[in-house]
Amino acid sequence: MSEQRFKRLKDIPSTHLFGSGTPACAGCGGLEVIHQLYDILGEKTVFINAAGCMTLLAIYPFTPFRGSWLYTAMASAPAGAQGVRDALDILLEQGRMEKSDDLTTVVLTGDGSAYGMGLSATSGAIERGLDFIYLCYDNEGYGNTGQQYSEATPHGARTSTSTGPRGYPGYKKSIFDIWIAGRPAYAATVIGAEPLDLARKVERATQLKGPKLITALSPCPTGWGFDPQESVEIGELAVKTGIWPLKEYVDGKVVHTKVVRKRLPVEAYLERQTRFAHLFRPSRNEKLLAEIQQRIDSYWKQIETS
Amino acid sequence: MKRTLLTGNGAAAWGARLARAAYIPAFPITPQTEIIETLSDWIDHGAMPGRLVTLDSEHSMITAAGAAAATGVRVFSATSSQGLLYGMEMLYTVAGWRAPFVLVNVSRGLAAPITLEPDHNDIMAARDCGFLQIHCATCQEVLDAVLIAYRLGESSQVRLPVIVNLDGFYLSFTREPVEIPDPDAAAAFVGDYDAENVRFRASAPTSQAMAVLGGSPYSYFRYETHLAAMQAVQGFEEIAAEFNTLFGRDYPAVEAYRTEDADMAFVMIGCFATKAKAAVDRLREAGWKIGLLRPRLLRPYPAEAIRSLLRGKQGVAVIDQNISMGSGGVLYSELTSALYGRPDMPPVVASFIGGLGGRDISSEEFFEIATILKSAVDSGVTPPPRLLYSEDELKQIEKLQTIAHVERTGGNH
Ligand SMILES: Cc1ncc(C[n+]2csc(CCOP(=O)(O)OP(=O)(O)O)c2C)c(N)n1
Ligand code: SF4
Repeated sequence: MSEQRFKRLKDIPSTHLFGSGTPACAGCGGLEVIHQLYDILGEKTVFINAAGCMTLLAIYPFTPFRGSWLYTAMASAPAGAQGVRDALDILLEQGRMEKSDDLTTVVLTGDGSAYGMGLSATSGAIERGLDFIYLCYDNEGYGNTGQQYSEATPHGARTSTSTGPRGYPGYKKSIFDIWIAGRPAYAATVIGAEPLDLARKVERATQLKGPKLITALSPCPTGWGFDPQESVEIGELAVKTGIWPLKEYVDGKVVHTKVVRKRLPVEAYLERQTRFAHLFRPSRNEKLLAEIQQRIDSYWKQIETS
Repeated sequence: MKRTLLTGNGAAAWGARLARAAYIPAFPITPQTEIIETLSDWIDHGAMPGRLVTLDSEHSMITAAGAAAATGVRVFSATSSQGLLYGMEMLYTVAGWRAPFVLVNVSRGLAAPITLEPDHNDIMAARDCGFLQIHCATCQEVLDAVLIAYRLGESSQVRLPVIVNLDGFYLSFTREPVEIPDPDAAAAFVGDYDAENVRFRASAPTSQAMAVLGGSPYSYFRYETHLAAMQAVQGFEEIAAEFNTLFGRDYPAVEAYRTEDADMAFVMIGCFATKAKAAVDRLREAGWKIGLLRPRLLRPYPAEAIRSLLRGKQGVAVIDQNISMGSGGVLYSELTSALYGRPDMPPVVASFIGGLGGRDISSEEFFEIATILKSAVDSGVTPPPRLLYSEDELKQIEKLQTIAHVERTGGNH
């Protein structure tokens, strides 16, 4: 693997490729990630999108992307990437396309698609060794349709289909673990609030051939209930409380790229979002808060002792 | 040109090979598997250049097919029945992308109950998605239709994917003598696929299938697709005429068999129409003036050709191998709406539904249909729709039900 381009924040490109004025909500954590990733990938990309909030980035006849774009459907963006990648390879082989015209194939989906409806197409693409980057912006719900529960919703969160006093009763599943079970070329968790970590990981992904996951926890002011200007701070808190571990899978090993020595209590993150308000008001739900804390602690304990 | 025995599936595979399809996304389903296996074998043994990729489902398969076609390579794929339905969301999507490729559908009935045997409910479900539809009755036609389909779908006035349909088992696994066109002549006829300005290239960024805001741009793009499909009626006739000049086989959008002097006609699609033709011959021997119409093109609907062929006829019997639940035969309602309110159209159009799930239509039944039609013509009263199902079959079912009941209750009533 070649030298990393990004040693300090200053190394991150300051030319912003991604256009402004999109219909995404103010403070959208998903958009923040796309901005950063795009600067590193560059214009020679084709984004293959699944139904979700980001589908509305490209509205005829405007697009914030300088490269190419293909909207597919909610379940099959990786299959779209397969078709595009295979076709580009065939054209290169046949000498019908210049090498300089080649594109990086990037799937862009939300968690609803990545963890659920699109999982079969994703699993197939991993198994076939498709050379692509899969960007999942994880806002922990079906954002575009109004933040209903998705398979990425965390335990206890209120969503528009989990409005009772306990919030969502299930547990967030790990798309990272599902991916690495398929032995991809690369997988990483990132967050927009940690741009240097994100830049390094996206850079690493571009240097490897095969299926590569970049999954980003994406604070969503609309769905989670916080002021748009707090988006970066909420993201930082997700890392500082240990709720969103930053890690990568490369050469068959998982490495945590940031281990917080003194983790903040999960409450520091939860109490800032109205989707968890019922854990604090009218009275504190000590049992649920303790359970959430305990699950985070046991995750890190396992990491620290292994 | 080479003459050999081929199944309908084999003929479909030859069509893809002669058209030099470079990309074949696949997923297995009976009775189309032989097509994909044949292509896979050719590719693995170097007889055909190309890349075959087995996807995780037909939903993914159709997505990959459309995406590759939109990137600029010629794509072929095949499916049947549940597979076509599983891909349905993407049939609408890739047709909206205006990504031309050929999809062979080997018609098979739909669950539930699950069956492997054919009828046309699968392909009728894909009627409105934007794919053009060519329906075949012989193995030769299957091969030739694939070549014509590429020319048609890729033509600049059309730019739409095309389904070539053949009947499961009856055609997919029946061996018939087929003339395989000379590869160079076939290649010259089909030409190179030119993706024009829609392909993805670093030097020419493109956005495809973007969202639209509001009904006005949406309507615009939907109408555009509709108009392109409508263009394909004439496009088909022209391309088929050129095919005829080059290869000596004539494929009008609507096949007319002994209709010229006929008073009455059967209307059918697919290979059961071959049985209807035989029935026409025998009815003619018995003094009936009857013929057969078989639309090859079903989307776009060749309404004008059908009207001109039926002008002045006294009665028509439409035999559907499908049921639109709660309405009846799909071809029947399509035909009546094409004839309604036009001068000189047959006053009697009778509906028959049969051949479901591979159930045969016997030659006696064609005689019976003709008899019913004749008395309707004489009385001027259109008979009610009729399901081709015999007393004997009903008795058989009742027997099965009795056994099922005994099995379930262990014989204790
Ligand atoms: C087959 C299908 N079912 C439902 C929808 C409606 N739908 C559009 S976007 C969306 C939510 C997608 O959620 P996610 O993948 O998390 O992306 P986000 O909206 O959060 O960006 C849904 C359910 C759809 N487009 N397609
Ligand atoms: S709903 Fe959330 S994820 Fe969707 S655009 Fe708005 S902030 Fe972004």
